Amino acid sequence: MSIVVNSLTKTYGQQNAIDAISFSADKGEIVGLLGPNGAGKTTTMKILTCFMPPTSGSAEVCGLTVGKADIEIKKKIGYLPEHNPLYGTMYVKEYLQFVERIHQLGKDTNRIGRLIELVGLEREQNKKISQLSKGYKQRVGLAQAMIHDPEVLILDEPISGLDPNQLVEIRSLISNLKKDKTVIFSSHILQEVESICDKIVILDKGKIVASDSLTTLNSTSDKALTITIELLNGINADILSQIDGVERVESISDKEYLISSNYDNRAEIFDQIVGSGNKLVGMIKEKKSLEAVFKNVTQGRK
Amino acid sequence: MRSIYLKELSSFFSSLTGYMVLVIFLLITGLFAWVFSNTSIPSYNYASIGQLFVIAPMVFLFLIPALTMQTFAQEKQQRTMEFLNTKPLTDRQIVLGKYFACMTLVALAILPTLIYYYSVYQLGSPRGNIDSGATIGSYIGLFLLASVFVSIGLFMSSLTDNQIVAFILTAFSCFLVYFAFSFIGDLPSLFGKWDDLVKYFGIEYHYDNISKGRIDTRDVIYFVSLASMFIWLTMVSLSRRRW
Repeated sequence: MSIVVNSLTKTYGQQNAIDAISFSADKGEIVGLLGPNGAGKTTTMKILTCFMPPTSGSAEVCGLTVGKADIEIKKKIGYLPEHNPLYGTMYVKEYLQFVERIHQLGKDTNRIGRLIELVGLEREQNKKISQLSKGYKQRVGLAQAMIHDPEVLILDEPISGLDPNQLVEIRSLISNLKKDKTVIFSSHILQEVESICDKIVILDKGKIVASDSLTTLNSTSDKALTITIELLNGINADILSQIDGVERVESISDKEYLISSNYDNRAEIFDQIVGSGNKLVGMIKEKKSLEAVFKNVTQGRK
Repeated sequence: MRSIYLKELSSFFSSLTGYMVLVIFLLITGLFAWVFSNTSIPSYNYASIGQLFVIAPMVFLFLIPALTMQTFAQEKQQRTMEFLNTKPLTDRQIVLGKYFACMTLVALAILPTLIYYYSVYQLGSPRGNIDSGATIGSYIGLFLLASVFVSIGLFMSSLTDNQIVAFILTAFSCFLVYFAFSFIGDLPSLFGKWDDLVKYFGIEYHYDNISKGRIDTRDVIYFVSLASMFIWLTMVSLSRRRW
Protein backbone atom coordinates (compact mmCIF):
# COMPACT_ATOMS: atom_id res chain seq x y z
CA MET A 1 0.00 0.00 0.00
CA SER A 2 1.44 3.35 -1.00
CA ILE A 3 -0.98 5.40 1.00
CA VAL A 4 -2.97 4.42 4.04
CA VAL A 5 -5.17 6.96 5.73
CA ASN A 6 -6.73 5.88 8.98
CA SER A 7 -9.54 7.81 10.70
CA LEU A 8 -7.84 11.07 9.87
CA THR A 9 -9.35 14.17 11.49
CA LYS A 10 -8.40 17.80 11.18
CA THR A 11 -10.13 20.45 13.23
CA TYR A 12 -9.94 24.17 12.55
CA GLY A 13 -11.27 25.92 15.60
CA GLN A 14 -14.65 24.29 16.18
CA GLN A 15 -15.12 22.96 12.70
CA ASN A 16 -14.03 19.56 11.49
CA ALA A 17 -12.47 20.07 8.08
CA ILE A 18 -12.18 16.33 7.75
CA ASP A 19 -13.80 13.92 10.11
CA ALA A 20 -12.37 10.45 10.64
CA ILE A 21 -11.73 9.60 7.01
CA SER A 22 -10.03 6.37 6.00
CA PHE A 23 -8.96 5.17 2.60
CA SER A 24 -5.97 3.61 0.95
CA ALA A 25 -4.25 3.52 -2.40
CA ASP A 26 -2.10 0.87 -3.99
CA LYS A 27 0.95 1.36 -6.11
CA GLY A 28 -0.06 2.14 -9.67
CA GLU A 29 -3.54 3.30 -8.76
CA ILE A 30 -5.06 6.63 -9.64
CA VAL A 31 -7.38 7.77 -6.91
CA GLY A 32 -9.75 10.65 -7.43
CA LEU A 33 -10.76 12.74 -4.45
CA LEU A 34 -14.11 14.16 -5.26
CA GLY A 35 -16.42 16.51 -3.52
CA PRO A 36 -18.05 19.91 -3.50
CA ASN A 37 -16.09 22.96 -2.34
CA GLY A 38 -15.14 22.79 1.30
CA ALA A 39 -15.47 19.03 1.46
CA GLY A 40 -11.96 18.55 2.82
CA LYS A 41 -10.06 17.50 -0.29
CA THR A 42 -7.29 20.05 0.07
CA THR A 43 -7.02 19.50 3.81
CA THR A 44 -6.50 15.78 3.23
CA MET A 45 -3.78 16.53 0.71
CA LYS A 46 -2.06 19.05 2.94
CA ILE A 47 -1.82 16.42 5.63
CA LEU A 48 -0.50 13.76 3.24
CA THR A 49 2.18 16.17 2.02
CA CYS A 50 3.24 16.93 5.62
CA PHE A 51 2.26 20.58 5.27
CA MET A 52 0.33 20.35 8.50
CA PRO A 53 -0.27 17.58 10.99
CA PRO A 54 -3.66 15.94 11.54
CA THR A 55 -5.58 16.62 14.74
CA SER A 56 -6.02 12.91 15.21
CA GLY A 57 -5.76 9.72 13.22
CA SER A 58 -2.82 8.68 11.12
CA ALA A 59 -1.61 8.81 7.56
CA GLU A 60 1.09 6.66 6.01
CA VAL A 61 2.91 7.32 2.78
CA CYS A 62 5.10 4.51 1.43
CA GLY A 63 5.17 2.96 4.88
CA LEU A 64 6.33 6.17 6.57
CA THR A 65 4.11 7.90 9.08
CA VAL A 66 3.19 11.55 8.56
CA GLY A 67 4.56 13.58 11.45
CA LYS A 68 7.44 11.19 12.12
CA ALA A 69 9.46 11.10 8.91
CA ASP A 70 8.29 14.25 7.15
CA ILE A 71 11.46 14.96 5.21
CA GLU A 72 11.64 11.36 3.97
CA ILE A 73 8.00 11.48 2.90
CA LYS A 74 8.46 14.80 1.13
CA LYS A 75 11.26 13.23 -0.90
CA LYS A 76 8.87 10.54 -2.13
CA ILE A 77 5.99 12.87 -2.93
CA GLY A 78 5.42 15.18 -5.81
CA TYR A 79 2.80 17.77 -4.94
CA LEU A 80 0.98 20.22 -7.13
CA PRO A 81 -0.88 22.53 -4.75
CA GLU A 82 -4.20 24.15 -5.54
CA HIS A 83 -3.75 27.46 -7.40
CA ASN A 84 -0.33 26.17 -8.50
CA PRO A 85 2.02 28.59 -6.73
CA LEU A 86 5.02 29.50 -8.89
CA TYR A 87 7.68 32.18 -8.85
CA GLY A 88 6.52 34.47 -11.62
CA THR A 89 9.80 36.31 -11.90
CA MET A 90 11.79 33.15 -12.63
CA TYR A 91 12.39 31.62 -16.01
CA VAL A 92 10.98 28.16 -16.62
CA LYS A 93 14.38 26.48 -16.68
CA GLU A 94 15.70 28.54 -13.80
CA TYR A 95 12.73 27.48 -11.70
CA LEU A 96 13.17 23.81 -12.55
CA GLN A 97 16.87 24.05 -11.72
CA PHE A 98 15.91 25.53 -8.38
CA VAL A 99 13.58 22.59 -7.67
CA GLU A 100 16.29 20.21 -8.84
CA ARG A 101 18.68 21.74 -6.30
CA ILE A 102 16.10 21.50 -3.52
CA HIS A 103 15.86 17.78 -4.17
CA GLN A 104 19.64 17.53 -4.40
CA LEU A 105 19.32 15.42 -7.52
CA GLY A 106 22.88 15.78 -8.65
CA LYS A 107 24.22 16.14 -12.12
CA ASP A 108 22.05 15.08 -14.98
CA THR A 109 22.23 17.75 -17.60
CA ASN A 110 19.35 16.31 -19.51
CA ARG A 111 16.83 15.82 -16.72
CA ILE A 112 15.14 19.16 -17.19
CA GLY A 113 15.15 18.76 -20.96
CA ARG A 114 13.36 15.42 -20.71
CA LEU A 115 10.87 16.83 -18.24
CA ILE A 116 10.10 19.79 -20.47
CA GLU A 117 9.44 17.39 -23.31
CA LEU A 118 7.29 15.14 -21.14
CA VAL A 119 4.93 17.92 -20.08
CA GLY A 120 5.01 19.60 -23.49
CA LEU A 121 6.72 22.87 -22.61
CA GLU A 122 9.25 22.90 -25.46
CA ARG A 123 7.92 26.06 -27.05
CA GLU A 124 7.71 27.98 -23.81
CA GLN A 125 10.88 26.78 -22.13
CA ASN A 126 12.78 30.05 -22.47
CA LYS A 127 10.02 32.28 -21.14
CA LYS A 128 9.45 33.84 -17.80
CA ILE A 129 6.85 31.96 -15.80
CA SER A 130 4.67 35.06 -15.42
CA GLN A 131 4.40 35.27 -19.21
CA LEU A 132 2.93 31.80 -19.57
CA SER A 133 -0.76 31.10 -20.00
CA LYS A 134 -2.60 29.21 -17.32
CA GLY A 135 -2.30 25.86 -19.06
CA TYR A 136 1.44 26.18 -19.46
CA LYS A 137 1.84 27.31 -15.87
CA GLN A 138 0.00 24.16 -14.91
CA ARG A 139 2.55 22.14 -16.89
CA VAL A 140 5.40 23.88 -15.09
CA GLY A 141 3.66 22.93 -11.85
CA LEU A 142 3.42 19.32 -12.98
CA ALA A 143 7.06 19.31 -14.07
CA GLN A 144 8.02 20.64 -10.66
CA ALA A 145 6.06 17.86 -8.98
CA MET A 146 7.62 15.12 -11.11
CA ILE A 147 11.22 16.27 -11.27
CA HIS A 148 12.47 13.79 -8.68
CA ASP A 149 10.51 10.89 -10.12
CA PRO A 150 8.36 10.52 -6.98
CA GLU A 151 6.56 7.35 -5.99
CA VAL A 152 3.44 9.28 -5.09
CA LEU A 153 1.96 12.21 -6.95
CA ILE A 154 -0.56 14.40 -5.21
CA LEU A 155 -2.31 16.82 -7.50
CA ASP A 156 -4.81 19.31 -6.15
CA GLU A 157 -7.26 20.28 -8.88
CA PRO A 158 -4.69 19.84 -11.65
CA ILE A 159 -7.13 20.45 -14.45
CA SER A 160 -9.31 23.27 -13.27
CA GLY A 161 -9.29 26.26 -15.57
CA LEU A 162 -7.70 24.59 -18.59
CA ASP A 163 -9.08 24.80 -22.09
CA PRO A 164 -10.44 21.59 -23.65
CA ASN A 165 -7.24 20.81 -25.58
CA GLN A 166 -4.99 21.30 -22.61
CA LEU A 167 -7.40 19.25 -20.59
CA VAL A 168 -7.02 16.28 -22.88
CA GLU A 169 -3.24 16.58 -22.87
CA ILE A 170 -2.88 16.89 -19.11
CA ARG A 171 -5.34 14.06 -18.62
CA SER A 172 -3.38 11.75 -20.88
CA LEU A 173 -0.19 12.83 -19.16
CA ILE A 174 -1.62 11.77 -15.82
CA SER A 175 -2.96 8.48 -17.07
CA ASN A 176 0.37 7.70 -18.74
CA LEU A 177 2.10 8.05 -15.41
CA LYS A 178 0.09 5.44 -13.70
CA LYS A 179 2.20 2.34 -14.32
CA ASP A 180 4.65 2.79 -11.49
CA LYS A 181 3.24 5.69 -9.53
CA THR A 182 0.41 6.24 -7.15
CA VAL A 183 -1.56 9.31 -8.10
CA ILE A 184 -4.07 11.06 -5.88
CA PHE A 185 -5.86 13.92 -7.44
CA SER A 186 -8.80 16.04 -6.52
CA SER A 187 -11.41 17.60 -8.68
CA HIS A 188 -14.96 18.73 -8.73
CA ILE A 189 -15.25 18.09 -12.44
CA LEU A 190 -16.72 14.64 -12.46
CA GLN A 191 -15.97 13.71 -16.06
CA GLU A 192 -12.28 14.07 -15.31
CA VAL A 193 -12.32 11.65 -12.46
CA GLU A 194 -14.48 9.28 -14.42
CA SER A 195 -12.10 9.12 -17.34
CA ILE A 196 -8.82 8.51 -15.56
CA CYS A 197 -9.36 7.19 -12.06
CA ASP A 198 -9.30 3.59 -10.91
CA LYS A 199 -10.90 4.42 -7.65
CA ILE A 200 -12.79 7.35 -6.32
CA VAL A 201 -13.34 8.70 -2.85
CA ILE A 202 -16.26 11.08 -2.55
CA LEU A 203 -16.03 13.52 0.31
CA ASP A 204 -18.75 15.76 1.62
CA LYS A 205 -18.49 18.06 4.62
CA GLY A 206 -15.38 16.28 5.80
CA LYS A 207 -16.78 12.77 5.66
CA ILE A 208 -16.37 10.02 3.10
CA VAL A 209 -19.75 9.35 1.56
CA ALA A 210 -18.61 6.85 -1.03
CA SER A 211 -15.35 5.12 -1.70
CA ASP A 212 -15.02 2.42 -4.26
CA SER A 213 -13.88 1.51 -7.70
CA LEU A 214 -15.68 3.24 -10.50
CA THR A 215 -17.53 0.18 -11.80
CA THR A 216 -18.93 -0.73 -8.41
CA LEU A 217 -20.06 2.80 -7.80
CA ASN A 218 -21.82 2.88 -11.11
CA SER A 219 -23.59 -0.44 -10.65
CA THR A 220 -24.69 0.23 -7.11
CA SER A 221 -26.55 3.35 -8.02
CA ASP A 222 -30.13 2.64 -8.94
CA LYS A 223 -30.98 0.91 -12.19
CA ALA A 224 -32.95 3.74 -13.72
CA LEU A 225 -31.58 4.91 -17.02
CA THR A 226 -32.18 7.33 -19.82
CA ILE A 227 -32.48 6.27 -23.45
CA THR A 228 -32.32 8.56 -26.43
CA ILE A 229 -34.09 7.37 -29.54
CA GLU A 230 -34.23 8.72 -33.04
CA LEU A 231 -36.94 7.80 -35.48
CA LEU A 232 -37.30 8.11 -39.23
CA ASN A 233 -40.83 9.53 -39.04
CA GLY A 234 -42.67 11.41 -36.36
CA ILE A 235 -44.51 9.47 -33.69
CA ASN A 236 -47.07 10.23 -31.04
CA ALA A 237 -45.38 10.43 -27.65
CA ASP A 238 -48.31 8.59 -26.08
CA ILE A 239 -47.29 5.40 -27.86
CA LEU A 240 -43.90 5.61 -26.19
CA SER A 241 -45.20 6.31 -22.72
CA GLN A 242 -47.35 3.16 -22.84
CA ILE A 243 -44.29 0.95 -23.14
CA ASP A 244 -43.62 -1.20 -20.10
CA GLY A 245 -41.12 0.46 -17.72
CA VAL A 246 -41.20 3.92 -19.25
CA GLU A 247 -41.64 6.63 -16.67
CA ARG A 248 -41.31 9.78 -18.64
CA VAL A 249 -40.98 10.80 -22.27
CA GLU A 250 -39.40 14.05 -23.29
CA SER A 251 -39.46 15.13 -26.87
CA ILE A 252 -36.40 16.77 -28.30
CA SER A 253 -38.00 17.12 -31.73
CA ASP A 254 -40.88 15.17 -33.25
CA LYS A 255 -38.41 12.51 -34.34
CA GLU A 256 -36.17 12.42 -31.26
CA TYR A 257 -37.18 11.49 -27.76
CA LEU A 258 -35.57 11.12 -24.37
CA ILE A 259 -37.08 8.23 -22.46
CA SER A 260 -36.58 7.70 -18.76
CA SER A 261 -37.14 4.10 -17.77
CA ASN A 262 -36.94 2.33 -14.47
CA TYR A 263 -35.13 -0.65 -15.99
CA ASP A 264 -33.30 -1.45 -19.20
CA ASN A 265 -36.27 -1.88 -21.56
CA ARG A 266 -34.61 -1.15 -24.86
CA ALA A 267 -35.93 -4.35 -26.45
CA GLU A 268 -39.54 -3.42 -25.64
CA ILE A 269 -39.02 0.07 -27.03
CA PHE A 270 -37.64 -1.37 -30.24
CA ASP A 271 -40.56 -3.81 -30.65
CA GLN A 272 -43.15 -1.13 -29.97
CA ILE A 273 -41.72 1.28 -32.50
CA VAL A 274 -41.25 -1.28 -35.20
CA GLY A 275 -44.70 -2.67 -34.41
CA SER A 276 -46.24 0.74 -34.99
CA GLY A 277 -44.81 0.78 -38.53
CA ASN A 278 -42.13 3.35 -37.82
CA LYS A 279 -38.40 2.91 -38.30
CA LEU A 280 -35.88 3.23 -35.51
CA VAL A 281 -32.65 4.84 -36.74
CA GLY A 282 -30.90 5.45 -33.45
CA MET A 283 -31.00 4.35 -29.85
CA ILE A 284 -28.45 5.35 -27.21
CA LYS A 285 -28.35 4.23 -23.64
CA GLU A 286 -27.03 7.14 -21.61
CA LYS A 287 -24.32 5.96 -19.29
CA LYS A 288 -25.20 6.42 -15.68
CA SER A 289 -22.76 9.18 -15.00
CA LEU A 290 -20.75 9.80 -11.92
CA GLU A 291 -22.64 13.04 -11.73
CA ALA A 292 -25.72 11.12 -10.74
CA VAL A 293 -23.82 9.09 -8.17
CA PHE A 294 -22.34 12.27 -6.82
CA LYS A 295 -25.72 13.95 -6.55
CA ASN A 296 -27.20 10.91 -4.90
CA VAL A 297 -24.61 10.63 -2.21
CA THR A 298 -24.03 14.29 -1.47
CA GLN A 299 -27.56 15.60 -1.62
CA GLY A 300 -29.01 12.89 0.52
CA ARG A 301 -27.04 14.28 3.43
CA LYS A 302 -28.33 17.82 3.47
CA MET B 1 19.87 25.53 2.37
CA ARG B 2 22.08 26.14 -0.63
CA SER B 3 19.12 25.96 -3.01
CA ILE B 4 17.19 28.62 -1.06
CA TYR B 5 20.30 30.77 -0.70
CA LEU B 6 20.98 30.75 -4.44
CA LYS B 7 17.35 31.32 -5.29
CA GLU B 8 17.08 34.33 -2.98
CA LEU B 9 20.30 35.80 -4.21
CA SER B 10 19.32 35.44 -7.84
CA SER B 11 15.90 36.92 -7.09
CA PHE B 12 17.62 40.00 -5.60
CA PHE B 13 19.49 40.52 -8.81
CA SER B 14 16.76 39.53 -11.24
CA SER B 15 14.55 42.19 -9.71
CA LEU B 16 15.65 45.71 -8.93
CA THR B 17 15.91 45.08 -5.18
CA GLY B 18 19.53 44.01 -5.14
CA TYR B 19 20.82 46.80 -7.35
CA MET B 20 18.75 49.39 -5.55
CA VAL B 21 20.12 48.40 -2.16
CA LEU B 22 23.69 48.56 -3.44
CA VAL B 23 23.27 51.82 -5.31
CA ILE B 24 21.33 53.66 -2.63
CA PHE B 25 23.68 52.56 0.13
CA LEU B 26 26.77 53.67 -1.76
CA LEU B 27 25.13 56.85 -2.99
CA ILE B 28 24.02 58.04 0.43
CA THR B 29 27.18 57.04 2.29
CA GLY B 30 29.29 58.45 -0.54
CA LEU B 31 27.50 61.80 -0.49
CA PHE B 32 27.74 62.17 3.26
CA ALA B 33 31.32 60.96 3.46
CA TRP B 34 32.76 62.93 0.57
CA VAL B 35 30.45 65.65 -0.71
CA PHE B 36 28.30 67.33 1.95
CA SER B 37 30.63 69.70 3.71
CA ASN B 38 29.02 69.36 7.12
CA THR B 39 29.86 65.71 7.39
CA SER B 40 32.45 65.00 4.75
CA ILE B 41 35.74 63.34 5.57
CA PRO B 42 37.94 65.93 3.76
CA SER B 43 36.44 68.83 5.73
CA TYR B 44 36.85 66.90 8.98
CA ASN B 45 40.61 67.45 8.85
CA TYR B 46 41.37 64.17 10.57
CA ALA B 47 42.31 61.03 8.67
CA SER B 48 39.34 58.98 9.77
CA ILE B 49 36.37 57.36 8.07
CA GLY B 50 34.35 57.45 11.27
CA GLN B 51 31.63 59.41 9.46
CA LEU B 52 30.83 56.36 7.36
CA PHE B 53 30.00 54.34 10.46
CA VAL B 54 27.67 57.02 11.76
CA ILE B 55 25.72 57.24 8.51
CA ALA B 56 25.69 53.56 7.54
CA PRO B 57 23.42 52.41 10.42
CA MET B 58 20.92 55.15 9.49
CA VAL B 59 20.88 53.96 5.90
CA PHE B 60 20.48 50.36 7.03
CA LEU B 61 17.59 51.46 9.18
CA PHE B 62 15.42 51.79 6.08
CA LEU B 63 17.34 49.76 3.48
CA ILE B 64 17.42 46.49 5.39
CA PRO B 65 13.66 46.51 6.05
CA ALA B 66 13.22 47.08 2.32
CA LEU B 67 15.47 44.13 1.64
CA THR B 68 13.90 41.71 4.09
CA MET B 69 10.25 42.70 3.79
CA GLN B 70 9.64 40.35 0.88
CA THR B 71 11.48 37.30 2.25
CA PHE B 72 8.46 35.59 3.78
CA ALA B 73 5.60 38.02 3.24
CA GLN B 74 5.83 37.59 -0.52
CA GLU B 75 6.15 33.82 -0.34
CA LYS B 76 3.03 33.71 1.77
CA GLN B 77 1.13 36.06 -0.46
CA GLN B 78 2.07 34.11 -3.60
CA ARG B 79 1.37 30.88 -1.70
CA THR B 80 4.85 29.67 -2.64
CA MET B 81 5.42 29.08 1.06
CA GLU B 82 3.20 26.04 0.68
CA PHE B 83 5.46 24.90 -2.14
CA LEU B 84 8.60 25.28 -0.01
CA ASN B 85 6.98 23.63 2.98
CA THR B 86 6.06 20.54 1.01
CA LYS B 87 9.53 20.13 -0.44
CA PRO B 88 12.21 18.22 1.49
CA LEU B 89 13.45 21.34 3.29
CA THR B 90 13.41 22.02 7.00
CA ASP B 91 12.23 25.36 8.33
CA ARG B 92 15.76 25.98 9.52
CA GLN B 93 17.15 25.52 6.01
CA ILE B 94 14.60 27.94 4.60
CA VAL B 95 15.25 30.61 7.24
CA LEU B 96 19.03 30.33 7.16
CA GLY B 97 19.12 30.25 3.36
CA LYS B 98 17.22 33.52 3.24
CA TYR B 99 19.24 34.98 6.10
CA PHE B 100 22.58 34.32 4.47
CA ALA B 101 21.33 35.61 1.13
CA CYS B 102 20.37 38.93 2.75
CA MET B 103 23.69 39.06 4.61
CA THR B 104 25.55 38.46 1.37
CA LEU B 105 23.82 41.44 -0.18
CA VAL B 106 24.64 43.58 2.85
CA ALA B 107 28.26 42.49 2.64
CA LEU B 108 28.29 43.37 -1.06
CA ALA B 109 27.02 46.83 -0.16
CA ILE B 110 29.63 47.36 2.55
CA LEU B 111 32.53 45.96 0.54
CA PRO B 112 33.04 48.89 -1.89
CA THR B 113 33.41 51.29 1.05
CA LEU B 114 36.84 49.77 1.60
CA ILE B 115 37.82 52.25 -1.10
CA TYR B 116 37.02 55.01 1.40
CA TYR B 117 39.52 53.47 3.77
CA TYR B 118 42.10 53.17 1.03
CA SER B 119 41.57 56.78 -0.07
CA VAL B 120 41.93 58.18 3.43
CA TYR B 121 44.94 55.94 3.98
CA GLN B 122 46.57 57.46 0.91
CA LEU B 123 45.47 61.03 1.67
CA GLY B 124 46.61 60.96 5.30
CA SER B 125 49.57 63.05 6.24
CA PRO B 126 51.89 61.32 6.67
CA ARG B 127 50.56 58.59 4.37
CA GLY B 128 48.87 55.75 6.22
CA ASN B 129 48.06 57.92 9.21
CA ILE B 130 44.70 56.30 9.98
CA ASP B 131 43.53 54.30 12.95
CA SER B 132 43.31 50.93 11.20
CA GLY B 133 42.30 49.10 14.37
CA ALA B 134 39.27 51.30 14.91
CA THR B 135 38.34 50.94 11.24
CA ILE B 136 38.48 47.15 11.34
CA GLY B 137 36.45 47.22 14.54
CA SER B 138 33.91 49.53 12.95
CA TYR B 139 33.52 47.25 9.94
CA ILE B 140 32.94 44.26 12.21
CA GLY B 141 30.49 46.31 14.25
CA LEU B 142 28.60 47.41 11.16
CA PHE B 143 28.35 43.86 9.91
CA LEU B 144 27.11 42.61 13.28
CA LEU B 145 24.58 45.42 13.44
CA ALA B 146 23.34 44.53 9.96
CA SER B 147 23.04 40.88 10.97
CA VAL B 148 20.72 41.88 13.81
CA PHE B 149 18.65 44.13 11.53
CA VAL B 150 18.33 41.34 8.96
CA SER B 151 17.22 38.82 11.57
CA ILE B 152 14.60 41.28 12.85
CA GLY B 153 13.48 41.82 9.25
CA LEU B 154 13.09 38.09 8.59
CA PHE B 155 11.05 37.69 11.75
CA MET B 156 8.72 40.59 10.98
CA SER B 157 8.27 39.36 7.41
CA SER B 158 7.35 35.91 8.72
CA LEU B 159 4.56 37.43 10.80
CA THR B 160 2.55 38.87 7.95
CA ASP B 161 1.76 38.37 4.30
CA ASN B 162 1.79 42.11 3.67
CA GLN B 163 5.16 43.50 2.65
CA ILE B 164 4.36 47.06 3.71
CA VAL B 165 3.43 45.90 7.18
CA ALA B 166 6.67 43.92 7.32
CA PHE B 167 8.64 46.97 6.25
CA ILE B 168 7.12 49.28 8.84
CA LEU B 169 7.38 46.75 11.65
CA THR B 170 11.02 46.06 10.82
CA ALA B 171 12.02 49.71 10.49
CA PHE B 172 10.31 50.54 13.76
CA SER B 173 11.81 47.58 15.64
CA CYS B 174 15.30 48.27 14.31
CA PHE B 175 14.92 51.87 15.39
CA LEU B 176 13.82 50.71 18.83
CA VAL B 177 16.70 48.34 19.46
CA TYR B 178 19.21 50.76 17.97
CA PHE B 179 18.25 54.08 19.59
CA ALA B 180 15.42 53.72 22.05
CA PHE B 181 17.45 52.24 24.87
CA SER B 182 20.03 55.02 24.78
CA PHE B 183 17.31 57.65 24.55
CA ILE B 184 15.51 56.19 27.54
CA GLY B 185 18.78 55.88 29.40
CA ASP B 186 19.48 59.54 28.72
CA LEU B 187 16.17 60.70 30.16
CA PRO B 188 17.01 62.65 33.28
CA SER B 189 16.25 60.98 36.61
CA LEU B 190 14.13 58.19 35.22
CA PHE B 191 16.28 55.25 36.12
CA GLY B 192 18.99 57.05 38.07
CA LYS B 193 21.94 54.80 38.55
CA TRP B 194 20.40 52.14 36.31
CA ASP B 195 20.81 54.38 33.25
CA ASP B 196 23.85 52.50 32.08
CA LEU B 197 22.11 49.17 32.37
CA VAL B 198 19.23 50.43 30.21
CA LYS B 199 21.65 51.65 27.57
CA TYR B 200 23.36 48.31 27.71
CA PHE B 201 20.30 46.64 26.13
CA GLY B 202 20.47 48.84 23.05
CA ILE B 203 22.60 48.27 19.98
CA GLU B 204 24.13 51.75 20.03
CA TYR B 205 26.09 51.11 23.21
CA HIS B 206 27.72 47.96 21.82
CA TYR B 207 28.17 49.38 18.36
CA ASP B 208 30.03 52.40 19.76
CA ASN B 209 32.19 50.09 21.83
CA ILE B 210 33.25 47.96 18.90
CA SER B 211 33.72 51.04 16.70
CA LYS B 212 36.50 52.17 18.98
CA GLY B 213 38.43 49.17 17.77
CA ARG B 214 38.02 47.25 20.98
CA ILE B 215 36.42 43.94 20.09
CA ASP B 216 34.98 42.84 23.37
CA THR B 217 33.50 39.34 23.45
CA ARG B 218 30.57 40.71 25.48
CA ASP B 219 29.61 42.99 22.61
CA VAL B 220 30.03 40.23 20.06
CA ILE B 221 27.96 37.87 22.17
CA TYR B 222 25.30 40.58 22.47
CA PHE B 223 24.98 40.88 18.69
CA VAL B 224 25.18 37.18 17.97
CA SER B 225 22.61 36.27 20.59
CA LEU B 226 20.22 39.01 19.46
CA ALA B 227 20.45 37.82 15.86
CA SER B 228 20.08 34.16 16.89
CA MET B 229 17.06 34.99 18.98
CA PHE B 230 15.25 36.60 16.05
CA ILE B 231 16.23 33.77 13.72
CA TRP B 232 14.83 31.33 16.23
CA LEU B 233 11.65 33.40 16.55
CA THR B 234 11.32 33.29 12.76
CA MET B 235 11.45 29.51 12.82
CA VAL B 236 8.85 29.45 15.58
CA SER B 237 6.68 31.78 13.55
CA LEU B 238 6.96 29.52 10.49
CA SER B 239 6.00 26.48 12.52
CA ARG B 240 2.70 28.17 13.41
CA ARG B 241 1.06 26.37 10.50
CA ARG B 242 1.40 23.15 12.48
CA TRP B 243 -0.41 24.46 15.55
